[in-house]
Amino acid sequence: MNRSKWINVRSELFASGMGVAALVILTVFTLGAIFAFLTGRDPNTMDAMVRLTPPGAAHWFGTDDYGRDYLTRALYGGRVSLLVGFASMIIATGIGVLIGVVSGYFGGWLDSLLMRMIDVITSIPSFLILLLLSVFLKPSVGNIILIIALLMWMNIARIIRAETLTLKEREYVLYAKASGQSARGIIWRHILPGLVPTIIVGATNNIASAIMMESSLSFLGFGVQPPNATWGSMLNSAQGYIAQAPYLALFPGLLILLTVLSFNVLGDILRVGFEPKLNRR
Amino acid sequence: MRQLIVRRLLQTVPMLFFVSVVCFAMIKLAPGDPVLSFVTPNMHADDIERIRHNLGLDKPAYVQYFLWLKEIVQGDFGYSLVNHQPVLGQILDRLPATAGLMGSAIALAVLLAIPLGLIAGANRNRWADKLINLVAYIGISVPLFWLAILLMYLFAIKLHLLPSMGMRTIGVESAWDVVKHGILPCMVLAFGFLASYVRYIRSSTIGQLKEEYVQIQYAFGSKKSTILFRHVLKHVLLPVITLLGMSMGDLVAGAIVTETVFSWPGIGSLGMTAVKGMDYPLIMGITLFSSLMLILGNLIADILYSFVDPRIKLKG
Repeated sequence: MNRSKWINVRSELFASGMGVAALVILTVFTLGAIFAFLTGRDPNTMDAMVRLTPPGAAHWFGTDDYGRDYLTRALYGGRVSLLVGFASMIIATGIGVLIGVVSGYFGGWLDSLLMRMIDVITSIPSFLILLLLSVFLKPSVGNIILIIALLMWMNIARIIRAETLTLKEREYVLYAKASGQSARGIIWRHILPGLVPTIIVGATNNIASAIMMESSLSFLGFGVQPPNATWGSMLNSAQGYIAQAPYLALFPGLLILLTVLSFNVLGDILRVGFEPKLNRR
Repeated sequence: MRQLIVRRLLQTVPMLFFVSVVCFAMIKLAPGDPVLSFVTPNMHADDIERIRHNLGLDKPAYVQYFLWLKEIVQGDFGYSLVNHQPVLGQILDRLPATAGLMGSAIALAVLLAIPLGLIAGANRNRWADKLINLVAYIGISVPLFWLAILLMYLFAIKLHLLPSMGMRTIGVESAWDVVKHGILPCMVLAFGFLASYVRYIRSSTIGQLKEEYVQIQYAFGSKKSTILFRHVLKHVLLPVITLLGMSMGDLVAGAIVTETVFSWPGIGSLGMTAVKGMDYPLIMGITLFSSLMLILGNLIADILYSFVDPRIKLKG
């Protein structure tokens, strides 16, 4: 991967207002999640005296039905949502790249087998499997990360396989083969570096869908369990107070929307930046 | 053409087979012993073994699988563990509600997406395109359950215009009542579909505008809007058919969350109840049924695509 591509990505990123906005939003949310303790409040401390207080100076996001500070809960919830998104992206990308490269590079029956396997898995509606697995396994954060990762690697594997197929016909790879390098060496030194842009774009889009899956799951009550908050589970409990306290439903959803939106925007900008000729928007 | 259809059909059969294996395995691996749901406190151990034998659960797993498959092929999806009703009957009971909701959502999305996509494609990188692009971005990024809650708050609680729950008002038996209940979930689902449709139509509009016939129309002095809505539209419309085929997979399982939020009595909310109650035969039935729809949808999309655009050859 050469420097000009990074320069290209950078200029693409700063050329549009949306790219900058996405970066700012994600930085703010990540810092907020990391430094959530700076609000000086505990996300799970209940206080019946200030139950369902609308947003104001004391509680910027108001308080929920147990009198818990909603901003603090949103920040700690963001920790879980972002962690799940990031961790399951890492796992899914790892599996996807491994399977995609092996399938694309070695080809033959192994390739057919792996690709048919992916066809079968993707022809079962993924959200149903998601629900099922989260019932089978206990819904801890670790398990949710694993389940989401297991449902997301197929897409990346397909893209990586296609990219590997074109890369392995490149002359430098053919020379490396002719000079007798081992398959592992070729993949490691010549194929993987060429895959970096594809991996980055795929991973960015993956985070977006992982966060979306986690919040849907938590919203339905199958995700991270109370009293711990995530944006999805906060929306779940907000549903019951929609008439008295609509702000409870407003904030977590807005946070999910902005986060997912930012990752999607970034993913597209990266795609255009890495392949300027292919896909000018 | 015929060869292609036959080959695609032949690919579908093993797919269905493996999907059924996966479904069966999932239920087999599920925690809990199905025999226990038949056990009463004063039963003898021999009785339990007899039930196990009668249910065929003492046979090896692959024998159980083929026995199960034989019943599935005959249309017998078994009985719910919770209410002991036939699974297939329950699914078919719920099908019209889901199909009606999904069908109207997809239709609404297509009707909106065609003009939006054409306008965006024709005004590439100008403000109209950017605005439509932003809406499409929000469409793929917004959690639909949140959108559902917001619309419910606005239209049902604040404005009192529409009902927020269910499909019918108790005691009212009019079609208009069902439509009124359907408007909000339909809007939510349509917004979800809209984004991907708009992007698809936009990019195919951009492609079409480069074609020779467009240049010729310009040379004849046709107005841009005439070219767009008379000539380009025709070419853009055909691939949309394939989008519909691809959406068929969502027909069943795509609405789990939305149906649950609005308590819409479709297959999605049936699936939720099944998962909550650990009702394995019902879960398996729904999974199998929706996978079948997904596979058939893709098959139809592929076949239609090759009809619409014979230049495209499907590879194995």
